[in-house]
Amino acid sequence: MERVKFSDNGSAEINADGLFYKDMNKLLRDIVIAHNLEKVRLTNVYGQRYIGTNIDRPIKIEIEGTPGNDLGAFMNGPTIEVFGNAQDGCGNTMNAGEIIIHGNAGDILGISARGGEIYVKGNVGYRVGIHIKEYKEKKPVLVIGGTAQDFLGEYMAGGILILLGLNLKENEKHKATFIGTGMHNGIMFISGSLDKQQLGKEVGQIDLNDEDTRVLEKYIGKFAKYFGYNAKELLNREFVKLVPTSLRPYGKLYAY
Amino acid sequence: MKNLSQISNPFNDDKVIANCGLFGMMSLEKNTFSGSDIIKAIANMRVRGNGLGGGFAAYGIYPDYADLYAFHIMFQSRSAKEQTESFLEGSFKIVAKEEVPHRYAIGVSDPPLVWRYFVETPKGVSDEYADDYVVEKVMIINTKIDDSFVFSSGKDMGVFKGVGHPEDIGNYFCLEDYSAYIWVSHSRFPTNTQAWWGGAHPFSILDWTVVHNGEISSYGTNRNFLEMRGYYCTMHTDTEVMAYAVDLLIRRHRLPVDIAAKIMAAPLWTEIDQIDDEEEKQQLTVLRQVYSGLLINGPFTVIIAHQGEMIGLGDRVRLRPLVAGIKDDMLYLSSEEAPMKLIRPDLEYTWIPKGGEPIIGKLDTKEVIYQNKPVQVGVNKDAVNIAA
Repeated sequence: MERVKFSDNGSAEINADGLFYKDMNKLLRDIVIAHNLEKVRLTNVYGQRYIGTNIDRPIKIEIEGTPGNDLGAFMNGPTIEVFGNAQDGCGNTMNAGEIIIHGNAGDILGISARGGEIYVKGNVGYRVGIHIKEYKEKKPVLVIGGTAQDFLGEYMAGGILILLGLNLKENEKHKATFIGTGMHNGIMFISGSLDKQQLGKEVGQIDLNDEDTRVLEKYIGKFAKYFGYNAKELLNREFVKLVPTSLRPYGKLYAY
Repeated sequence: MKNLSQISNPFNDDKVIANCGLFGMMSLEKNTFSGSDIIKAIANMRVRGNGLGGGFAAYGIYPDYADLYAFHIMFQSRSAKEQTESFLEGSFKIVAKEEVPHRYAIGVSDPPLVWRYFVETPKGVSDEYADDYVVEKVMIINTKIDDSFVFSSGKDMGVFKGVGHPEDIGNYFCLEDYSAYIWVSHSRFPTNTQAWWGGAHPFSILDWTVVHNGEISSYGTNRNFLEMRGYYCTMHTDTEVMAYAVDLLIRRHRLPVDIAAKIMAAPLWTEIDQIDDEEEKQQLTVLRQVYSGLLINGPFTVIIAHQGEMIGLGDRVRLRPLVAGIKDDMLYLSSEEAPMKLIRPDLEYTWIPKGGEPIIGKLDTKEVIYQNKPVQVGVNKDAVNIAA
């Protein structure tokens, strides 16, 4: 079996069939550096973890199969495109780059991210966007086409989380509860109906301003381009804007 | 009662934290297949375990003795085997017995003796009482006979487990030679107790088996509740209480699986408060009150199986992973999606179940029940449309 196939245009393909994650990631890093590659396609990926970690350059990584947990963990620069589903912990503490997932993603998507963008066509699991944070120009963005499970945006400390609910039927509500529990910075935009009791105690709903419209145009535009939607139609949907009611929701909890 | 603390938990603090890998597969048509696929699947999640425990449960493997209780028993000494055999002879009619076949396997060291016995309950024991009679005898072996532990005691099924990576344990017990319609497997990552063969998963009583990922912080409460009802925890690992809890709730108290799930992974009080239907509200309140001792607290995902059913269940706030998948007559449950796709590349329909909602594969109706209704495969094929 030929593990690696090089093409003339600065790209290569790795057949990951049966490769242990450490060996596969080392092979990926080694050939990217040795051949100064711009694009690598990984095929037959079954559960290999930490893909895209430790490659600090803006290359493109395409994945066929189901990448393992912590896809793009600590990632700093690459763009990963997954033609399938992602598992748990995708984008863990990511710093820069993009992750595009054509299927669903699991729990804690984007956990603790401090930069970069994640686009998911389908649904996502529990605690998505937990503790994402921002500082100056570093601002992580998560855009989800489907719906999410409980604790969306839990302890969110910055960044932008957009949930489109495109697969909800007419009058069907998102089912997630405890949305934004412990949130203390950042913004969530949710399209599709919600009850107030689905929200955590720490979030409030406010009207969108012009800056919000520009933000949505930018990121929903990219989402539409990646997954073949009409951006205008998506932007015509109604959005709810959720922000924290306090920057220090637990500030008084242990004070006395 | 024998002192178990020295072999299972030198700190004797009743505490175990685990971060494990689970995999289960079931044919709803009762087609049987070998253990090769599940070994490949659980080996794919090798990094979830650390080689200190692996095990399998298989259903439908003893068609020639389908009406007899099959005891899989582990002995840590020859005298334990002699004592146990004389106890079994006094309590049952032993129809057949043999050492469980095994081979030399890399990664498996110092295996204990593991034997199987196919037994009939004595004539005086009525059919209705037979299961309780077996439970009572299993408890006596586990608590009174030194160095002897019952791995499983159900009909037409068996548990194979030990210390090692699950693929090595599967190889050791030659599981490719068995044909089953339900296979369940576990890869263990024990952190607070010493690994030993009896402490590997699945845990079993009669034909109930449980594999578990997580930590049951209510272990002490659950154990007290179960001890008052004749179940003695001897394996010093938290998962054991789950096996006895499902036997008590589903077999002895005859509760349906979804009600048992509402007891173990009970809805939050805030959720119960929001229910409009007064009857449902009262039912959930009563369950939480009557069975408060069987509320399983802490992060967990389990796969529970017995003849004819395989059930996946996670804690109410989903602190441990579980993914479900369906293709043709097969139901797959796993800690991760990748191993399902590895052994079934054409698997399209997968979903992440809601915490506290059981997924039940049922042989009698050939259906998979989720959120109280059958899952309709093939209705939503586009990834975006697969319901969460």
